[in-house]
Amino acid sequence: MKLELGYIHIHDIQLAAASKVENGVLYVDAEAVKKLVLEDEQIASVEVEVAHPGESVRITPVKDVIEPRVKVEGPGGMFPGVISKVDTVGSGKTHVLKGAAVVTTGKIVGFQEGIIDMSGVGAQYTPFSKTNNLVLVVQPVEGLKQHDHEHAVRMAGLKTAVYLGELARSLTPDETETFETLPLKESMDKYPELPRVGYVQMLQSQGLLHDTYVYGVDAKRIIPTVIYPTEVMDGAIISGNCVSACDKNPTYVHQNNPIVHDLFAQHGKTINFAAMVITNENVYLADKERSSNWSSKLCEFLGLDAVIISEEGFGNPDTDLIMNCRKITEKGIKTVIVTDEYAGRDGSSQSLADAHSSADALVTGGNANQVITLPKMDKVIGTEDYVGIIAGGWDQNKHEDGTIDVEIQAITGATSEVGFNYLSAR
Amino acid sequence: MSKLRVVHYINQFFAQIGGEEMADYKPEYREGIVGPGLALQTAFGEEAEIVGTVICGDSYFNENLEKATAEVLEMIKAAKPDLFIAGPAFNAGRYGVACGTITDAVKKELGIPALTGMYVENPGADMFKSSVYIISTKNSAAGMRDAAPKMAKLGLKLAKGEKVGASCEDGYIPNGIRVNLFEKERGSKRAVKMLLAKINGKPFTTEYPMPDFDRVPPCPAVKDIAHAKIALVTSGGIVPKGNPDHIESSNATHYGKYDIEGVDDLTSDTYATAHGGYDPVYANEDADRVLPVDVMREFEKEGKIGSLYRYFYTTVGNGTAVKSAKAFAAEFSKELVADGVQAVILTST
Amino acid sequence: MVKEIERAGIPVVHICTVTPISLTVGANRIVPAIAIPHPLGNPALTAEEEKNIRRKILETALQALSTEVTDQTVFEVKY
Repeated sequence: MKLELGYIHIHDIQLAAASKVENGVLYVDAEAVKKLVLEDEQIASVEVEVAHPGESVRITPVKDVIEPRVKVEGPGGMFPGVISKVDTVGSGKTHVLKGAAVVTTGKIVGFQEGIIDMSGVGAQYTPFSKTNNLVLVVQPVEGLKQHDHEHAVRMAGLKTAVYLGELARSLTPDETETFETLPLKESMDKYPELPRVGYVQMLQSQGLLHDTYVYGVDAKRIIPTVIYPTEVMDGAIISGNCVSACDKNPTYVHQNNPIVHDLFAQHGKTINFAAMVITNENVYLADKERSSNWSSKLCEFLGLDAVIISEEGFGNPDTDLIMNCRKITEKGIKTVIVTDEYAGRDGSSQSLADAHSSADALVTGGNANQVITLPKMDKVIGTEDYVGIIAGGWDQNKHEDGTIDVEIQAITGATSEVGFNYLSAR
Repeated sequence: MSKLRVVHYINQFFAQIGGEEMADYKPEYREGIVGPGLALQTAFGEEAEIVGTVICGDSYFNENLEKATAEVLEMIKAAKPDLFIAGPAFNAGRYGVACGTITDAVKKELGIPALTGMYVENPGADMFKSSVYIISTKNSAAGMRDAAPKMAKLGLKLAKGEKVGASCEDGYIPNGIRVNLFEKERGSKRAVKMLLAKINGKPFTTEYPMPDFDRVPPCPAVKDIAHAKIALVTSGGIVPKGNPDHIESSNATHYGKYDIEGVDDLTSDTYATAHGGYDPVYANEDADRVLPVDVMREFEKEGKIGSLYRYFYTTVGNGTAVKSAKAFAAEFSKELVADGVQAVILTST
Repeated sequence: MVKEIERAGIPVVHICTVTPISLTVGANRIVPAIAIPHPLGNPALTAEEEKNIRRKILETALQALSTEVTDQTVFEVKY
């Protein structure tokens, strides 16, 4: 399966009378976006705001971040099984508005959601301080149940991203990149000398605000399976989770999965990036056992020599991570695991909930309990009402001078467990 | 600004007094630089000056640990340093223990910034790495050229009260305190590089070595459960509705203790969860699903247990530092013992 | 927490879903639970059935507390 990504570089977003892309500027008709979002009767109101890198702006509570993309050649459309039909995506051509993102916020759903600061110390910790963000402040109708509320906001973000992506359909990309994964046998024949490397991605699937969808299927209901990495670039995996915000993968990160991209960078040179396996992290022990049995079985079946395993979340999913690592290692396959740490505010506590000697090659996204002080911002998109109750906040963490103390676990993408960020710890 | 005053500690061998035959050499203070102090002085440049050097035989120090420590401390104190540096001891075991002991004492008893250096396998490293900064050196004196700039750099940071970076940034032996840093390459790229090294049998360094877990032997069984007083404890964050003590949804800094006298059932009107790590809908509908007060009351009436302790203890396990959870439990366990609780049922989500 | 309670001299039974974590952290008496968001319940069942399951788990917990162990032991619930 072969996919060409065509990047149209966006360096600014502006609200305007008509939506279009011109000279690297994404112009957005806010009324059109509102109309689109309000098609959902579960949404009472929506505001459309813009946040640029470097501005004194805070977005919170952040639910999801999505990159606007459009399929211009090949089967299917963006976010198959959710927005588009369930055709198999991942081949042909896709255009990307690189540098732009849709961010969803609004009334809090649970205890959850994150913070994106566009400048100051907080901006160093989130990758989304570097994107031009179109922010939807979505308010649900009175009395909407939590599960429905989460769904409504998720769909609003995806629909808006698709609407913006459409603007790129007939544009000529500034830059293109091609990715190809061959079927099993052809891939073996083409690169007989290179080690066969796989990627095992663990998807968050623990329930409300901890869910992920694969072609529209709730990931807690899948058994581990094989997916072409390019399918992911076309939105085959979307995020329904954001807690703790630091180490959950927004949809944007799935679309741009950095492990996929960095393995492709070595593909055909030092390794044969042969396969990608997705698995879940469920709340039943039997599911954990079954899924890790299955992921290790698939790695063996695919004839892999080595794999990278990435976690999403922490606490009991640490057990899924360790089970995957141990069982895949027992198949004689070399492993590197990617996770983050909860080592306490002073860094002296034990970092993971589970451990095993097979996990001898670990990359960490850093200690999520580290406390930082966020400066007062001139503008808040959404509301700061919840900074004391989101994961990573605490009662009265907002001071009279407007500064806020938080653990970096409250910052969207800070300790990314797919290695999207630069933070680490020793 | 005047130069920072540094006192340096070395053994008889590095002072060129002698080898093993001179290891009983008693502590001596000399003005200025002796032996390896020169390399440190070069690394300090104009920022600091080694004003004096304490020399002590390794055997003397280790065989007279308390006395020698006191004698050496006195000499250091008299020189009024801003910074104390011991060694580096490389892989010399007794020298390493001496360097660790004296560095620890200077830090704790004199309150003066202090550090040492040694090879990671030096027995002194394991003994003191969590109490003092130990620069990681090579295993022989040939590593001095490499060690001196690192010791000087971290020493200056400590003396000036600057923030110390992660172990890999400042070159010290990991001390169990996890410190965040921004890497030059993103995590995914580091993972790919590590995997390539592992595939090709080349050396790589994990970013987090797996921990060892300590164990507590099991307590004897409860002899007569039908007459025992049993307490309920949970890490599932069950609290009276409204979370009156504001227990955090993640990385809790405290725990709650709540009276359940006369409570036979936890209902959605009275109890909820403060836990931010799992779907809270089910626990909010019926908190007995996490903290089973209803069934425990039935057991009480049926005589299956003696009584249910009148309080329950609760905290949020989500992202809560193991150390905090340990401290909470150590504290409330004392109350449980004092109130004659004979067994605990701990529920986790 | 479980270790600190035991260290204080009180026998403790840990009811949890992810027994591997419990084993790793060092609980000595362990009873497996239903699922993380509802360890002692199952919203898919009727209230009566659910309570019955809760009773069974807790009866197993009492049995665990009454049983001498020398090593970490998982007490399976008989449904």
